[in-house]
Amino acid sequence: MKLKKILPQLATLFVVVLIFGFFTMNAQLNMENRGIDFGYGFLTQESSFDVQFSLIEYSGSDSYGRAYLVGLLNTLLVSVLGIIICTIIGVIIGIARLSPNYLIRTTAAWYVEFFRNIPLLLQIFFWYYAALRALPLPQDAEAIFGASYLTIKGFYTPSLIWENLDIFIYSVIAAIVAIVFVRIHAKKLRENQGKHLPVLNISIAILFVLPLLTFLFGGVNVGYETPELKQLAKTSFKFEGGLSIPPELLSLVIALSLYTATFVAECVRAGIQGVGKGQREAAASIGLNRKQVLNLIIMPQALRIIIPPTTNQYLNLTKNSSLAAAIAYPDLVLVFAGTALMQTGKAIEIVSITMLTYLTLSLSISFFMNWYNAKIAIVEK
Amino acid sequence: MSTLNLLNPSKDNLQSNLYLGSFLVGISLLDVFLNSFLKLNVTSFLPSIISIILPFLLGMFGLHLMRIEFSGIKNLDRLNKNINTNNFNAALTLLIIFLIIKAIPPVMSWMILDANISGDSKDACTGSGACWTYIKVWFKRFMYGMYPNEQIWRVNLAFIFLVVLAFVGFITPQKYRNFLTLYYVVIYPIIAFILIYYLISGGEFGLEWVETGAWGGLSLTFIVSFFSLIFCFPLGMALALGRRTELPIIKYVSVGFIEFWRGVPLITVLFMSSVMFPMFLPEDFFMDKLVRVIIAISLFEAAYVAEVIRGGLQALPRGQYDAAKSLGMGYWKMHIFVILPQALKLVIPGMANTFLALVKDTPLIFVVGLAELAGMLQMAKTNPKWLGYAMEGYVFAAIIFWIICYAMSKYSYNLELKYKTDR
Repeated sequence: MKLKKILPQLATLFVVVLIFGFFTMNAQLNMENRGIDFGYGFLTQESSFDVQFSLIEYSGSDSYGRAYLVGLLNTLLVSVLGIIICTIIGVIIGIARLSPNYLIRTTAAWYVEFFRNIPLLLQIFFWYYAALRALPLPQDAEAIFGASYLTIKGFYTPSLIWENLDIFIYSVIAAIVAIVFVRIHAKKLRENQGKHLPVLNISIAILFVLPLLTFLFGGVNVGYETPELKQLAKTSFKFEGGLSIPPELLSLVIALSLYTATFVAECVRAGIQGVGKGQREAAASIGLNRKQVLNLIIMPQALRIIIPPTTNQYLNLTKNSSLAAAIAYPDLVLVFAGTALMQTGKAIEIVSITMLTYLTLSLSISFFMNWYNAKIAIVEK
Repeated sequence: MSTLNLLNPSKDNLQSNLYLGSFLVGISLLDVFLNSFLKLNVTSFLPSIISIILPFLLGMFGLHLMRIEFSGIKNLDRLNKNINTNNFNAALTLLIIFLIIKAIPPVMSWMILDANISGDSKDACTGSGACWTYIKVWFKRFMYGMYPNEQIWRVNLAFIFLVVLAFVGFITPQKYRNFLTLYYVVIYPIIAFILIYYLISGGEFGLEWVETGAWGGLSLTFIVSFFSLIFCFPLGMALALGRRTELPIIKYVSVGFIEFWRGVPLITVLFMSSVMFPMFLPEDFFMDKLVRVIIAISLFEAAYVAEVIRGGLQALPRGQYDAAKSLGMGYWKMHIFVILPQALKLVIPGMANTFLALVKDTPLIFVVGLAELAGMLQMAKTNPKWLGYAMEGYVFAAIIFWIICYAMSKYSYNLELKYKTDR
């Protein structure tokens, strides 16, 4: 009996060890033959390649390690922007799918069917190579709201120039902390004395007043810089100054968020439909008003159904952002697993670092989700 | 009899409200229609902003007048209930209708009216619309990649065989039904492999050898997704069972495998298969790039398949396991005859979704230099003779993929409905 349990395990272990051993041995032999040594020392070496778009200061004289950081930050930037936009679109479409209005319902359904059934790579290609290429040249671009320009070279918009930005950020953090305290206090008041504080109004007031005060007393000041059209050669124009968003980032964010929004919409719809009609009726019958029914009964239950699959979609979006490599947006895969790998030839090290990065990202989010799920799960008696 | 009460439409002044309302809505739609189809701005004498908003305001007021509850007219009640419940809904309704009317003429003229399909060079495309000539000229490349033109019948023949053989299950006599699983899991893949190896790849029986680098287009999409699908299914099943055993080593090896592949993007897996994997093989051992890619995708999808099957295994009531054990069945007997047949039936929709994702993922093989449909588009788009027709190519590919994926998702939805009632 015991043998029956141990034998298959030993066999599995043996096979796994055998495969790994075989691979390691070959890798060692191959590297010896080609004169490559294994090691992560290259991360501190000078990279000597340039990256088109970077959130932090970067030039060819920086190390491979910093190139990795540039790629990682670019990946995170696309993911965060995509997640925000896909949530907004997804929630709207998800609610629209349950609308009593036939036209809205059908339009939303077709949106989902349309964007969900076309491969994401094709959508990214479409936006980058076809749709954004149809935009005007810088010199022909018309101003949007007087100061922003959507051109074939990207989107140009005024950038804000801050004085004493750190003080402003501290004040926002302080405001958030204050709001948390107000909420705790309000909850205590409600549970102990049954008094209701207008928490939302107080929160909004704090969030506006505190940062506003820093403008008056903290020496915070904000100016702006508008993009200006510069002539480089006779027919070559370029915008300078302001905030510029390259077309790669633009098309990637558009494609990712439109595609992922369809899945988010389905999660939202399932969540709202998942709350039984009886819940609404029961809440109404004990005298809660419409707002209370929505806030205290429907939303908490719907969110419990919506959040786990939606997080999964956010994770998918983050992983899908690696498709950036196909249109030369300098994300982690392109900068590190592309350019850096080509230059150093350290295939094993670089691919393993890239995979481990994504793995860490995914696993930490799914651990957090498991913890969150366990916390909010309804305890059935 | 009654004065016209415009602000509170009710049953008392049903007729007048209804006529006036539908008249106003009709006018507003007509205005937009003329504007969009005939480029005729009837209200051009008004200031531009009013001229733009006017149809919307008229429509809103018309719908407001028509919003009469329990009018007794069946069609009006249905209209009100579906698109005209309140002002907000009415506004959205109008906007959607306007948008559709506005969008039809440019789309129609680009796709059909001003488009060209005759001729066989760029010069034939003179209209302002799409240049379908481009698709026509490149069609064989989009479907078969760089496969030699005179050999294309081999690809077609192989696919026809595969499709015919896949339908064997529907005509099998009842007597042999028990062997169907064996057929689909073991025999069919082997036949498919032999067909593709000897017919598409060639090299034997007097057929010219065509290297995998020349394969491409939509047929490559099918080949890659077909083989990945066949390989990932048994592997995924094994992993799902492995994750549910009580034997710790097998369990944690399965968990590690599944979580690893689910945690990384496919593109890095493909990079691994093309640049890292050759380092792990003996130096004189050559493995074709296509084979490496298919292995990589299979391993990747197997992890997702495993999780879907695990869902099915977990959904089965405990009583099924207990009953099977009480009949004296061992682990394998229990799973093969009792658990898996039920669990697999439960997960059919989930599996269909996973396979759908697989088909949608195959264009990614373009990053390692295999040109299926999306890859061929990239190639065709940079051809100096055919610059500037990217849009047509993407629209064409999008339509093809959309039809395939939409059909699959509808099919899986029908399966879901079919098996829902069974339990």
